[in-house]
Amino acid sequence: MLKRTLLFIPTMLLVATMVFAILRLVPGDPAISLLSGGPQTETEFTEEDLQRLRAKLGTDRPIYIQYATWVWGVIQLDFGTSFFYDQPVWDDIKKRFPITFELAILALLMAGMVAIPLGVISAIKQDSLPDYVGRIITIGGIAVPNFWIGILLVYMLANLFDWLPPLGYKDVWDKPLDNLQQLVFPAFALAITHMAFLARVTRSAALEVSREDYIRTARSKGLSEKVVLGRHLLKNALLPVVTVAGFEVGRLMGGTVLIETIFNVPGIGQLLVKGIQHRDFPMVQGIVIIITFLVLILNLIVDLAYAWLNPRIRYS
Amino acid sequence: MSQQREAILVTEDSQAITGLRARLSLWNHVQFFFRKKPLGAVGAVMALFVVVVAIFAPAIQTRDVNLTDHTKLYATPSGEMFLGGDHLGRDMFSRLVAGSRISIRVGLISALVGCTFGLIVGVSSAYYGGIYDLILQRIIDSVIAFPGLVLALALMAALGSSINNVIIALSISFMPTTVRLIRSQALAVKEMDYVLAANAVGASSARIIFRHMIPNVFAIWIVTFTFLMGTAIIAEASLSFLGLGVGPDVPSWGGMLRGATKNYVGIGPWLPVVPGMAIFAVVFSWNILGDSLRDVLDPRLRGTQ
Repeated sequence: MLKRTLLFIPTMLLVATMVFAILRLVPGDPAISLLSGGPQTETEFTEEDLQRLRAKLGTDRPIYIQYATWVWGVIQLDFGTSFFYDQPVWDDIKKRFPITFELAILALLMAGMVAIPLGVISAIKQDSLPDYVGRIITIGGIAVPNFWIGILLVYMLANLFDWLPPLGYKDVWDKPLDNLQQLVFPAFALAITHMAFLARVTRSAALEVSREDYIRTARSKGLSEKVVLGRHLLKNALLPVVTVAGFEVGRLMGGTVLIETIFNVPGIGQLLVKGIQHRDFPMVQGIVIIITFLVLILNLIVDLAYAWLNPRIRYS
Repeated sequence: MSQQREAILVTEDSQAITGLRARLSLWNHVQFFFRKKPLGAVGAVMALFVVVVAIFAPAIQTRDVNLTDHTKLYATPSGEMFLGGDHLGRDMFSRLVAGSRISIRVGLISALVGCTFGLIVGVSSAYYGGIYDLILQRIIDSVIAFPGLVLALALMAALGSSINNVIIALSISFMPTTVRLIRSQALAVKEMDYVLAANAVGASSARIIFRHMIPNVFAIWIVTFTFLMGTAIIAEASLSFLGLGVGPDVPSWGGMLRGATKNYVGIGPWLPVVPGMAIFAVVFSWNILGDSLRDVLDPRLRGTQ
């Protein structure tokens, strides 16, 4: 386990290197694209302006110096200054990250609340009508693009209830009810695919557990079905589900990029899309690093929790 | 003399039978699949139908896909425009048909590249092991930490929008998962007695890899391919929806959905519904095909999923 924890550092460093490399190894000078103001509007600029901007952005220095400075900064939570907004990247991320995280957690809770009962019912009534209905829902749910659900939701709400995505965002600590009202629809759209996926995992885990000897033992010693399902089946079947749910948070954070754009939620997903449109490299790097860091931390927690819950792994 | 003739006859005969059996068995496999997995068969037919539409798209579409017509802004479906007009008065039906080309092209190529890379690297990593395997797995560890869409977005940021860049970005973001999947299967195959036997009779590494390992992980390759098809089509639509995909002039389903969100009130429901339905139907058909193929090809998973 210690080895697993220590591996975290080189993995994170490799991630940082890759993020840096992806955006640097490509032809194109961000200073030029900033000065010309995008491909559509070709603004005139002088060689002096270009040199000055390059010096300001730090892109005139050798690539390895840029890399070392950047990595050293990241360790100290300094992600550099945004090319476009001219502010420290970390300030924006700090402000917007909690919103995205709240959205992802809300979606995960919604997904879990539907997926676990659906998966268990599907498993204990295997090959019956409820099982077939459940399986069709889950296969369909995986194939639905969740941003399409978001678009349809906004379309319906706009035309039936005159509701449009709000322009201002209410803080969860300030106005918890308004905040929930704002996030419940985007969270629902985000949850669909993950609900389907989690339900499938629950079903196969519950099926596997239901064939174990201890379930037969529990039944044969006359325990009620409720106790068998609740205490023996569910408890054991949930272990892989929790593991998968932990890994899913990462994918949810990726999915928020689309959902935030549709529902106008001011999270880091929206910031990432704008960063890419403006070729704002420090912003894109910062957000990708933060999301990946979160995924790696969650994977580590899931691994450790799994080992703690499962003695067979802990002692091996 | 007669003995010799008989021997020749027998060989010819057995060759004829083997040839016949091979041909029959492929047909039998298809028949078996259709009878055993009707849902998977439906998926296969639907998937094939969309591929055919994509191939003949230029013949099916009725108007120029980029022809803007200000008298047809948000036009309702009619005999002239089967699915109405979009926010620029372009024909939705023709764009939908043309969009199948983009989806199928991106899906096929990126799934093929992603899976084949996974096959080559996964099998060689499992076979050779050692330091090569160790370093490779650490690299995979860190690439897999990027949520799929985030990696594709970062790559698109660097590459810029175009259909080929979408294919490159998606292929790269599929690689770590396919390497993982195929490597784990290849590790199991490597421990099989027939690989041990091949080693014992002095077969070369190339022979073991090509004759024994690759054929035995190929089932995983096929199943992964069908699932990646669906993933790639959704991913392309997502990127194009954000305006970071195939570019604004290319008719793609994701781009059509982007157009549908220019205005929510006062537009017909077909504008957001039709392109999304197309994405859903294609991805659904590839997914149920993949699901059934996995049941048939991988006996260990039968009945669990």
